[in-house]
Amino acid sequence: MAREQHDYDDIPGTYVFDQDRSRQGFGINMFCMSLMKDENRKAFKANEAEYLKKFNLTPEQADAILKRDYNRMLELGGNIYFTAKLGATDGHSFRHLAAVMTGSSQDDYANMMLAGGRSVEGNRSKSGKVAKPAKAAKKPAKAKAKAKTRSKSRSKRG
Amino acid sequence: MARIIAGVSSSHVPAIGAAIDNKQTEEPYWKRVFSGFEKSKEWMAQAKPDVVILIYNDHASAFSVEMVPTFALGCAAEFPPADEGWGPRPVPVVKGHPQLAAHIAQSVILDEFDITVVNKMEVDHGLTVPMNLLFGSPKEWPCPVIPVAVNVVLYPPPTGHRCFMLGRAIRKAVESYPEDLRVVVFGTGGMSHQISGPRAGLINSKFDKAFLDNLTKDPKKLTRIQHLEYMREAGAEGIEMVMWLVMRGALEDKVDEVYRFYTVPASNTAVGHIILEPHRRAAKKAAGKAKKPAGKMKRAAARAKSAVRRSR
Repeated sequence: MAREQHDYDDIPGTYVFDQDRSRQGFGINMFCMSLMKDENRKAFKANEAEYLKKFNLTPEQADAILKRDYNRMLELGGNIYFTAKLGATDGHSFRHLAAVMTGSSQDDYANMMLAGGRSVEGNRSKSGKVAKPAKAAKKPAKAKAKAKTRSKSRSKRG
Repeated sequence: MARIIAGVSSSHVPAIGAAIDNKQTEEPYWKRVFSGFEKSKEWMAQAKPDVVILIYNDHASAFSVEMVPTFALGCAAEFPPADEGWGPRPVPVVKGHPQLAAHIAQSVILDEFDITVVNKMEVDHGLTVPMNLLFGSPKEWPCPVIPVAVNVVLYPPPTGHRCFMLGRAIRKAVESYPEDLRVVVFGTGGMSHQISGPRAGLINSKFDKAFLDNLTKDPKKLTRIQHLEYMREAGAEGIEMVMWLVMRGALEDKVDEVYRFYTVPASNTAVGHIILEPHRRAAKKAAGKAKKPAGKMKRAAARAKSAVRRSR
């Protein structure tokens, strides 16, 4: 059965770890959890494909893990706090994972963060239906009322 | 009677913990972050809470995908730091307050919050990083801590409104505890950040600043923010901010903002921090008018009283 559609599927570049993905990705996440133990890390490193057989993964899931395709792991039910343990097992920093997932170099990613991060503008919606923040994200009601009287001087300044 | 003397919120970025553990706090990148907590540590040294109730989330440390409690209350006598893959953080074991925790469990469950009681649990950076930020790095934590773990990893987390109401229930529980205890409630996590998928690195300072403003002035408005909006505006992991609303719910409606700090970034995250105390004006007014004629005094006292009532 195809994945049930949700409102949050409209958020670009985002795989929400929901109940359905959790159900599907149980094996991925339990595999990642097993990497908390040193003996398991060694066993995995010694023969990755063999080690993965213990976790009841689909061929796509095993393939994503072997290829370190972090976005695909998320899509197939992995959660980032779990898959990060695989990154750590490989000796990678989180920045490496972020670069892989965002398709950029580690330096470019780090520079983007230093410059204030990825802007939400243009990144809200796949469908383009939501280009502005909803009301609740705006300023407090009282401040807003005051802002009315101030708006004239503000527009001059602007 | 125990009472809540303040609420504190702070991000719990793991890299902040790593910077402390690797002694990098003086490096310019990290100094920018840590300098924002200098005043907070002074404030905390003055506040001297007897107990901290700390709202946080576990990050695949104590809870894997095998069991995912929506709200879990730490009732144990102690909570060792978890091994998050690099060995446990070199921080003191967190001592609990089993007696107050048991009282809270008993109270909030009858208040219709079906909280999970946890008698054995390790705690990860979600709890220990905010402790460092507010208490520094002492050999022993200066007071017991009651951890309250909220699921924000598996969608859906509890709604912001539910979190706020849990805060209310916690306040009611604390205020019905007979021992005189000064309690500070921590809300942790956030602010805007996304660490998963192609959109990782998202930061929304506008959203964060409005959130901080509303946290002080109009928290009810924040309780109406839907999950979709948190994720869209503040990043998939920015949804952690619902935990700040547990803290806010534990305070009275009117609060004084004592301190605020905001900086971008700490690794992938916008760092936000706020200290809120119960509103003082009513008490001051009444005290200031103590020498005035009796009639006026009565009116001031009545005003103060109704202010207290309103805030309940």
